[in-house]
Amino acid sequence: MWSGYWLAYAADKTFSLEYTMYRFILKRLGLLIPTLFGVITLVFFMLALSPGDPVRVMLGERANKEAVENLKAEMGLDKPMSEQYVLYLKRVVQFDFGKSIKTGADVIDEIGARFPATIELTLFAMFLAIVAGVFIGVISATKRYSFIDYASMFGALFGVSMPVFWLGLVLIIIFSVNLNLLPTGGRMDIRYYFTPITNFYIIDGFIHFFKTGSLNVLGSALSHIILPAVTLGTIPLAIIARITRSSMLEVLKQDYIKTARATGMPERKVIFKYALRNALLPVVTVIGLQFGMLLSGAILTETIFAWPGIGKWLYHAIEARDFPAVQGGIIVISVCFVLINLFVDLLYTVINPKIRTE
Amino acid sequence: MKKVSLLLALLLSALVLLSVTSCGKGGDKTGGVLVFGRAGDAVGLDPARETDGESFYIADNVYENLVEFVNGTTDVVPCLAEKWDMSANGLEFTFYLRKGVKFHDGTDMNADAVVYSIARQFKKSHSAYKYGPWQYWQAMGMDGIIKDIVKVDDYKVKITLIKKEAPFLANLAMQFAAIVSPTAAEKYKENFKNNPVGTGPFKFVQWIKDDSIILEKNETYWREKAFLDRLILKVIPEATARYLSLKKGEVDIIDFPSPEDIENIKSDSNLKIVEQPGLNVGYLAMNMMKKPFDNLLVRQAVNHAINKADIIKAVYGNMGVPAKNPLPPTMWSYNDAVKDYNFDPKLAKDLLKKAGLEKGFETTLWAMPVSRPYNPNARKVAEIMQSQLKEVGITVKIVSYEWGTYLDKIASYEHDMCLIGWTGDNGDPDNFLYVLLSEDSTVKPAQNYAYWKNPKFNTLIKQAKETFDKDKRTALYKEAQTVFHADAPWVPVAHSIVIEPMKKSVMDFKLSPLGKREFREVWIKK
Repeated sequence: MWSGYWLAYAADKTFSLEYTMYRFILKRLGLLIPTLFGVITLVFFMLALSPGDPVRVMLGERANKEAVENLKAEMGLDKPMSEQYVLYLKRVVQFDFGKSIKTGADVIDEIGARFPATIELTLFAMFLAIVAGVFIGVISATKRYSFIDYASMFGALFGVSMPVFWLGLVLIIIFSVNLNLLPTGGRMDIRYYFTPITNFYIIDGFIHFFKTGSLNVLGSALSHIILPAVTLGTIPLAIIARITRSSMLEVLKQDYIKTARATGMPERKVIFKYALRNALLPVVTVIGLQFGMLLSGAILTETIFAWPGIGKWLYHAIEARDFPAVQGGIIVISVCFVLINLFVDLLYTVINPKIRTE
Repeated sequence: MKKVSLLLALLLSALVLLSVTSCGKGGDKTGGVLVFGRAGDAVGLDPARETDGESFYIADNVYENLVEFVNGTTDVVPCLAEKWDMSANGLEFTFYLRKGVKFHDGTDMNADAVVYSIARQFKKSHSAYKYGPWQYWQAMGMDGIIKDIVKVDDYKVKITLIKKEAPFLANLAMQFAAIVSPTAAEKYKENFKNNPVGTGPFKFVQWIKDDSIILEKNETYWREKAFLDRLILKVIPEATARYLSLKKGEVDIIDFPSPEDIENIKSDSNLKIVEQPGLNVGYLAMNMMKKPFDNLLVRQAVNHAINKADIIKAVYGNMGVPAKNPLPPTMWSYNDAVKDYNFDPKLAKDLLKKAGLEKGFETTLWAMPVSRPYNPNARKVAEIMQSQLKEVGITVKIVSYEWGTYLDKIASYEHDMCLIGWTGDNGDPDNFLYVLLSEDSTVKPAQNYAYWKNPKFNTLIKQAKETFDKDKRTALYKEAQTVFHADAPWVPVAHSIVIEPMKKSVMDFKLSPLGKREFREVWIKK
């Protein structure tokens, strides 16, 4: 009866629904432009007005007047700020992010060399966090006030409050040094002399497997990603578990759950088909936000595990007042952030059809 | 039956292996891969374009110069040049190049290559000049030293100087003066910094940014080949993670251990350390442009009021030694006969009384915001000095700015006293004494942060600069250090100690006072 109603309703609305969806997506993509313009402007002036001259920082104690002036002229830093800003905007419109002051290489190449590492780590960490977090949350909610509930919520609290640095080192000491199960850091056993193809090492591992039939590279890539992913994923895992639990508790009180139970439906079906789907909305929001945080916030994990990603690179760029690099890095991260948010909004409509009409 | 034969085969091969390895034990050092865990990645691999130590590690193994530092010392000896002549006026140097040396790309190392490598850094008309900035050339003031470089014949190069400058030979041994393959440089152009081609004991294979650089033994090396088949430089930014990686055996040797881990490393039966004072000095400069530091008695009082032992214990841990001279002890001509001002607050008070400052005075003490090789924590050093100076009646306010601003401000003498320091470039005493204490360095932006102008000192170091005889120079620098001590423009605080932990199987690794990491002679005990 109900599903019949929904089908009819959906058929009726198909055209307008698709239309609103496209409009929605286009509108959100259109919003990218002012967002990025704002980000670029804000970052440019924040960097330009903050104390510290990249050339002085670069040359340190041995900066003599001549060297500083020559370097500045060669980098175009002797021009007035407004001129530098206009020049920069012009270039960004043409997708030219300029050259890094520190290395002289194209910023886009520098990012390209490191971003896959961060994305791979973030995806892996989020995968762990979502699967484990939702599972723990659901179990805690259904077994409320049980030992499992207390234990997992205590674990979650512990997870949220644990310093990443400490957790990373403890994991290395336990799993690498003492148990000798996993490597201490890096993305790949360097003794393989492996040349990356896509820079996503797990994908490269599969390519290697299909080419040679050897699982070495894939195995090494997987064994290297476990500890950093667990370290990076612990905080989102804990947050997701707590949100899932409270959201589930809310939903389980609803009348339709009682109705479902009253029909004699198996409890597992009640929980996973009816309760969880309704409880997921706030969880998805949190996942989207955490994802963005991880992309830019993996600095500590990347540092401990010698993971050559973008977080650490961006941190050094800020330290060196490497304006083009900082700009480029922040623009790329902003684009990802906006796209992820867009994706999350679209996901809402999949999880909960009610939102489509709103 | 099958199993038995398999077992037999295994046993046999084990025996063969055993006999092979025991044969090798006699003295065969060749073979093996060494992984070096270091703190940061290189910025670029063309040493003339870079200024940081991590970039230079590649040059230390891939490139060579006309002259070189004997590994582990600051002594300069011939390398790609077999010998050189100096004209009577000391302004013309003719270098005779070694024949039969080949770059890793198979081309010949000759006069064209030498001229190309040097001229690209200062001749604006040179085809490769545009790939600069040539930072170290500028930072070392080479434009004021070298007038021209020309090819005399295929294996002879003439360098003309603008002024008589003995330390210039040491400059030529520095990484920025590496001799590069012109063929490769022209081929890769801007990208030559990612594809180094030199004449050194190792050749470049691969660079994965922020992760690893792989080098391979140069099989056509002109002198005794490297023992290692491969040398991998792996970036592990976090100090404790670096140590754990060494402990687990993933890397063979590491840079810059954390002071907290050193005791553990020392007690680990699989590991050993090599240590040496670094070629640096951390010091407190008293600005003699300002009162009361124009008064020698006050400067001496400050020297007597500060207890270096306390500072070293609290800030440097086991990674620092007290300083008494502006030169570090690994530098030739270091004057060990100088007796440091002892810690004596009572004497300090007496000296202040004599200077008419019985009630003490108020002043500022500047501390840099960043950790430097010569001073890991300037704020903490400043706080300790603050309490020590309080004891003798000097009230100190600690001032700090962002690093770039800090350097700018002290370079224009805005400070009363400032903490700062220096890491040597070329292993020449001139690189400390002239750069940091000469009258020329008081011109703003100054590097003589004490505004110390001592005629006798200036005459001595100028004379030493123009003398090419090392013994005579040594005598002059020793005397200059005595003059410095008596006039006390600084409180020399400390020289940091460089510690390199490694597996016990890593043999013949020498720490260079210049911060180089050379692996030509290193081998792995099987």
